[in-house]
Formats: sequence, structure tokens, C-alpha cells
Amino acid sequence: MDAKTKVGTWIGFVLIMLWCLFPVAWIISLSFKSEGETATGSAQFLPKEPTWDNYSAILDNGDFTRALINSFGIALIATVLSVIFATLAAYAIARLDFKGKRLVLSLALAIAMFPVVSLVGPLFDMWTTFGLFNTWPGLIIPYMSFTLPLAIWTLSAFFREIPWEMEQAAQVDGATSWQAFRKVIVPLAAPGVFTAAILTFFFAWNEFVLAISLTSTTSSRTVPAQMSFFVGPDPFNPPYAQLATASVIVTLPVIIIVLLFQRKIVAGLTSGAVKG
Amino acid sequence: MAAIEMKNIVKQYGDGFPAVNDVSIDVEDGEFLILVGPSGCGKSTLLRMIVGLEDITDGDMMIGGKRVNDLAPRDRNLSMVFQNYALYPHLTVYENIAFPLRLANKPDSEVDQKVRDASKTLELDEHLERKPGNLSGGQRQRVAMGRAIVRDAEAFLFDEPLSNLDAKLRGQMRTEISRLQKRLGITTVYVTHDQTEAMTLGDRVAVLKRGVLQQHATPRELYENPANLFVAGFIGSPPMNFLPATVKGNQVELPFGTVTIPEEKAAKAQGKGLLIAGIRPDHFEDASVVDSDKATEEATFKATVDVVEWLGNEAYAYIPFEAPPEVQKQLQQLERDLDGESLRTQLVVSLDGASRISEGDEATIWVDARKIHLFDPASGENLTMDASHAGIVPGGNAMAKAEEVGEVQDGVQPQSQDG
Repeated sequence: MDAKTKVGTWIGFVLIMLWCLFPVAWIISLSFKSEGETATGSAQFLPKEPTWDNYSAILDNGDFTRALINSFGIALIATVLSVIFATLAAYAIARLDFKGKRLVLSLALAIAMFPVVSLVGPLFDMWTTFGLFNTWPGLIIPYMSFTLPLAIWTLSAFFREIPWEMEQAAQVDGATSWQAFRKVIVPLAAPGVFTAAILTFFFAWNEFVLAISLTSTTSSRTVPAQMSFFVGPDPFNPPYAQLATASVIVTLPVIIIVLLFQRKIVAGLTSGAVKG
Repeated sequence: MAAIEMKNIVKQYGDGFPAVNDVSIDVEDGEFLILVGPSGCGKSTLLRMIVGLEDITDGDMMIGGKRVNDLAPRDRNLSMVFQNYALYPHLTVYENIAFPLRLANKPDSEVDQKVRDASKTLELDEHLERKPGNLSGGQRQRVAMGRAIVRDAEAFLFDEPLSNLDAKLRGQMRTEISRLQKRLGITTVYVTHDQTEAMTLGDRVAVLKRGVLQQHATPRELYENPANLFVAGFIGSPPMNFLPATVKGNQVELPFGTVTIPEEKAAKAQGKGLLIAGIRPDHFEDASVVDSDKATEEATFKATVDVVEWLGNEAYAYIPFEAPPEVQKQLQQLERDLDGESLRTQLVVSLDGASRISEGDEATIWVDARKIHLFDPASGENLTMDASHAGIVPGGNAMAKAEEVGEVQDGVQPQSQDG
């Protein structure tokens, strides 16, 4: 690479970083400003008198902490179930020859492409009838129906990469099909499993339309939905500082999870299985 | 440890592809058997049927006197080394070797002792805590063997275990496998397409073509008494020379001259018209380095040498010749069957390193006429085979049967399937 392209690459890199990270920096700085400072309208980047007041206020807000718990619970359960089902389904799709395999795969893709909004009406009706409205399962089930196809596609691609011999070797070594799957195939597909888990978790964590439509109280409302209720006393003057603080708090787990899982997603985990 | 008996084993795939056809092979307890043949001869399929990874269409697979056709691989208690090793990349070398023991729920102390024993045997001690990804090809190969020997399996099965190694390492590992097998005295079935491995490792060798057993004998028997053209061409390196020949009395007319063969051989080949003579390269010699009493008129001929490859201890001289069309076709077919692609009919002669013959010379070559084999060009059968020293030769004409099967195979799958 010559010097010119190198400089060009760096300029492009800095521009993109600014474009992406400036709003995040703005939100973080906002979260440290006092309410008075945000209301005056004097827009400066750094807070004049940085304060933790917003954080203590929002963590004292029972509705918000309740929403946080809901978010965590719903996202985690949806992720775990999705990944378990997707692993089993993807394994079957990758390994077994059965009629309608293509149909299953294309159907899964079609479901993933379905617009969420179009499901809100029917789901609302159904959930009120079944008594699932404003409950955790009421959100977990639709979340899974959107994340499962994605997870199945990701995982079946990973399973296809794993050499058949791995499993056959395990069987010759004395493993049942289930043991071969659990002790050899799943660990080898771990990067795929973690990828699927992260995608699922993010979807459930960030989802807004279903969360606002299928809940009515804080017993099951998740954070994105709860944040829309932060209006404050004056409709023309929303509590920007508090909203920013809430945003920072919901973003933190996402960043932490990515950093944690990043180590697990080790590319080339299968290298060494076969001569490479 | 147990004997393995294959009785009339047949494998036919769902699409009608006949991969293995009526193969019967007995492997004695403690014997080292090689399954050898060119790619697509069904040798790997046969091995996978022994271990249970492939269903058996017909016939009986007996291990230790018990019919195992319907047993799952884990219930057959065999251990196998795969061509690409199939190590578990997420486990350390120690856990890879321990894997079969862990599955059998052996106590930790026993696992540890057995793994350490195996690693000591295979000199893997210093690598036990590493992952397979950080090992060299030879080390991975040894880990795969460790996983095989760590439990008391009835038999070892090897599926072309050395084909991924470079030539030098292959030679070393070959010796290593042989030594290990002799020491453990365990029944072993070893699949390879490499005739050198077949010759050096095996107590006995089964040669397959298109899923049909051609001959099942010791390496020496195969070399000295091949049952047909295919076996003769497959075993030995450089391969046996095939020349058009006509027998008159005890005289054999070859493209370069006439040689005298022993009476009993000549008797078996009388009145058959044009035959194919098979002479191994090392049964020729530069007449000038042979004792003068052996190099008589009847056993020498003159020919112009095209190319000489001098290797130090010996030299290969190439002498082109014209073959009549009747034989030409059969020879070309044979060449294809052996995965070869020779452009011309030529004689390969192995000369002593001391020979001074060089390219373009008109050389006097001596041929050991006692070692000449004569084959029927139509059926491929060896007319001069000494049946008492040829091991097991299946009844009927195995080579013709393989041709028939080959036609069916090509009908199902135009491109012959590997393994």
C-alpha cells in the first residue's frame, strides 16, 4: 500500500468513526449535565458541572429498574430458547436428508423478512384472547419467531462447515449420536452458537414496536418501551438529560456482552481438526 | 483382539451404484491386512462397513465370531484412524486421546494411566496440553493413533492414514505403524492406494478393482505370482512391463527378440495365439554386468535405449516399442484402470548402478526368462501363475467381473466415486 492510499484510508476511517461515535459521545455528555443546563438551550459539548444526579435519579426510578429487569429476563429467555431450538433444527437441516428441506429453509427466511408492524394487530387480538397480553411469554414468543430463522440460517452454515468425520470419529470412539452432537459438534459450532445468541439478544433487547403494543404496565414493559414514557411535566421540554442517561444504561449491557462474546468468537476454531 | 471375517459382502448405494461386490476376506487374529486398489475400488467403503459407518447391503460381517451387521459403530469396539485424522480441535491432545475412555466412563486414575502410556509409546508427552491446531502433520497423525490404541479395541482400522503427510514423514510413520502393530499384536485392516505401503506393511494384501476382489495373498505372492494383468500392473514400482508375445514351443517371441522360457511355463501357454508377456523391470539387466554364463544368446536382446534415469544404486532405461493393435487396446484400458496415463508403449528396464549404458546406445539387455509371466489378453488371466504360491484367487474371472461391474458403475455415475 503506498502512502497516498494509506492517508486516504485513515481519513476515511476517522470520518466514519466521527459519524458513528459522535452521537454516542453526545449522549454520554448529555447524561452528565444537570437538568438546568439542558433546559437553557445553550448547546455546548462538555457539561459545565458534570453530575451523577441523573444516574442516581434514574436508578431510583422504580419503573425504570423494573423495565430493566423485564428487558433482561425477556431477552435472555428468548435467546436461550432460540439458540437451543435453532441448534437442534440447524443440525437436522445440515446433516439429514429429508423431503421439504429447502421449503423449511426458505419458509424460515420468509418469516425473518416479515415486517414486524404487520403482526402487531393480529397478535394483540390473539394475546388478549389467550391471556398472554402484558406478560413475558407474550413478548418472548413473537421475539423467538423472528430470531429463530436467523439463528437457524447462521447455525446450519456453521454445521455444514464441520467435517462429517468428526462425528463419525466420535461414534467409532463409542459415542451415541447425542453424545457426538453434544461433545463434539456443539463445541465446534460454538462461534456460530455465540453469533446466533448475540443476534437474538440484540433483537430482543432493542425491539420497540411489539414491546409497546403488547404491554400495558411495567410488569412486562421493556426498557425501549418504558423510555417512551419519560415525558416529564412539560411536553415541549422533555427531560433530555434523563433520556440520555437511560440510553447510556441500556447500551452498556450490549457493549459488555459484545466484548465478552468477542473472545468466544474465535475464528478458525476448527483449524487443526483436519489437515489444514 | 479378534478375527474379522467378511462373507460375500455387498454394498449397493441407493442409486444402484455397486461399490463392493461379493467380497469375502478373512482377517486372522493379529494379522495386518491391507486393502489396496486404485481410487474408486471400494476399499474405503469396505473399511467403513467393517467399522459400521456404512450399512451392509448383503453378506455377513463377523468380528470375533459374532455377526455385527446390525450393530452401531460404538458397539463394535473397533478403533479407527481417519484419513484427515478427525481430531477434536476444541480438546487438548490429552483429552483427544482420553475421549474414548471418558465416553466409557472410566475412572480418572485409569484414564490418566492409559493416556500417559499411549503418549509415551507415541512420544507425545510434551504435547499433551496443546491443541491439535498447533501440531504438525506428523504429530496430529500420532495423536489420532493414540486415540486408537488407548482403549482395548478388537481391531485397528486405518483409512489411508499417511496420504496427507510428505514423503519423508510417510516413510517414518510407515515404519512406526508397522512396529506398533507388531508390538501390540492387534488385528489391523489398513486401506491405501499406495502399493509401497501395501507391500511393506501387510502380512497379507487384498487387491480390489471396481469393488471386486482380485487376489488376496502375501506381498511376495502378489509380486511373484499375480493372478491377472491388473494385479500384476498394480503391484510393483516401477510397474511390470507388458509386451506382446507369441509362444512357440518353449520360445517366446517378444518385440525385441526371442527368449527361451522353462518348459512347464511354456506348456501352460501353448496354442493361445497372441499373448501379453509381463516382465518386471528388475528382471532385466545390462548383459555386460551379468555373469557371462547366464547371459547366453537365448536370454539377451539388443535394443536402442531412449532415456536413462540414473539413481546411483540403479538406473532405469526406457526402450520404446510398437504394440500390435489387439494388445494396444487392452494395455491402454489397463493403464486407465491403474489411474495412469502413459502416452507410449515402452519397456522400463532396471539396470545395475554400475551399468554404463547411456541414452541413444544400442544396448545388450539380459532378461531373466524364468520370471516371465504370460497373460491371456482377452481375459487378463495369468496363464503361468503358480497357484500354490498365489494366495487366495477368487474363482471365476475376477478381472472380467470387475469390467462388468465397472460398466454398471459408469452407467450410474459417469464419474467414478472416490474411495
